Amino acid sequence: MLNNIEMNSKYMVAIDEFCTSHEIEISFISSLQESGLIEITRISNSDYIKKEQLVHLEKFVRLYYDLDINLEGIETINYLLERMNSMNEEIMTLKNKLRLYENPD
Amino acid sequence: MEYLDYYKLLGIDKTASAKDIKSAYRKLARKYHPDLNPNDKDAKKKFQQINEANEVLSDPVKRKKYDQYGKDWQHSDQFEQQNQYRQQASGQDQKKYTQTQSGEDFSDFFESLFGGGAAGFGKTRQAKFRGEDFNAELQLDLEDAYSTHKRTLNVNGAKIRITIPAGIENGQTIKIPGHGGKGRNGGPDGDLYITFSIANHSRFKRLGDDLYTTVDLDLYNAVLGGEITVDTLNGKVKLKVSPETQNGSKIKLKGKGFPVYKKEGQSGDLYITFVIKIPTNLTEKQRELFKQLSQS
Repeated sequence: MLNNIEMNSKYMVAIDEFCTSHEIEISFISSLQESGLIEITRISNSDYIKKEQLVHLEKFVRLYYDLDINLEGIETINYLLERMNSMNEEIMTLKNKLRLYENPD
Repeated sequence: MEYLDYYKLLGIDKTASAKDIKSAYRKLARKYHPDLNPNDKDAKKKFQQINEANEVLSDPVKRKKYDQYGKDWQHSDQFEQQNQYRQQASGQDQKKYTQTQSGEDFSDFFESLFGGGAAGFGKTRQAKFRGEDFNAELQLDLEDAYSTHKRTLNVNGAKIRITIPAGIENGQTIKIPGHGGKGRNGGPDGDLYITFSIANHSRFKRLGDDLYTTVDLDLYNAVLGGEITVDTLNGKVKLKVSPETQNGSKIKLKGKGFPVYKKEGQSGDLYITFVIKIPTNLTEKQRELFKQLSQS
């Protein structure tokens, strides 16, 4: 069980415990932080990540360790996935707009 | 149970080396991994199959077994040997990709051949399996989507109470973390994804955060101006009509549209198009007065 702490109403997960649990190196997390892919908060000489970022971190871990995609590849994929997500939202808005014109009554 | 040709799945022939298998698998895994194909059920299924193919073909013992009995797995003598096999499974260290949105990690075919799921397989980097993500659709009326409210959903027998924020869009999906399938081997539970389908039976049309409607205006108010009461989704409002208002003219009621999603206190605008109604069944006197007007 990861050690969660509460700070400013946000749950945080300790990075060292995350690394132990997932059997990965802390340096990988540092690289992700340097690339701006995740944000790390330092509290009392320990590093933490916000719980809402955990899902992204776990995805990056899978891409790196399972699919052997390097950091540059992860950055590119992340950018493209975000773009895809934004385009999907745009499609949804346009579909709703189209529905308005296709069913005027 | 569908027979899976693991060689065909990986696009390799039966003489493929361990290196060929690894290379083919890696290439396909990068193509079909659920992280790279969000919300793509076909990719998820394909990934599950290639993962399974790799599990078998990358292990010499399992590969031999598959080569020997693959197509005729349902034969009874094979089941007997399968049991023996399971007892002998050594648990060699081998890499297995983690699935993020899997319902079942292995096909029925695989389970019949090699036993349930990953039983008997070696330790992996991430032996924990995240639970399955559930997808559900929830139908709302436009009026429901207008205000933040709570709903109780029944998901696979479990009752979940959720808060639906005002301003949710038709087709929008929200995630309820941890309300999907149970995780395995200490893995986290999956998430519940709810997609909203918003039906509109009202006289308002919604475009993003703005609402559009038409209001009938009698001729006298249109010509002389006056005060009318119009309906909004938030109740009735009084509205001043300017003299000489033309048919089809539009006005905007600022902030009387739809609430902006997750932005409390912010709303779109309401656009009203006036439709002027010509009086009917005129009396003689009224007809005479209109005549006088037309000649003036």
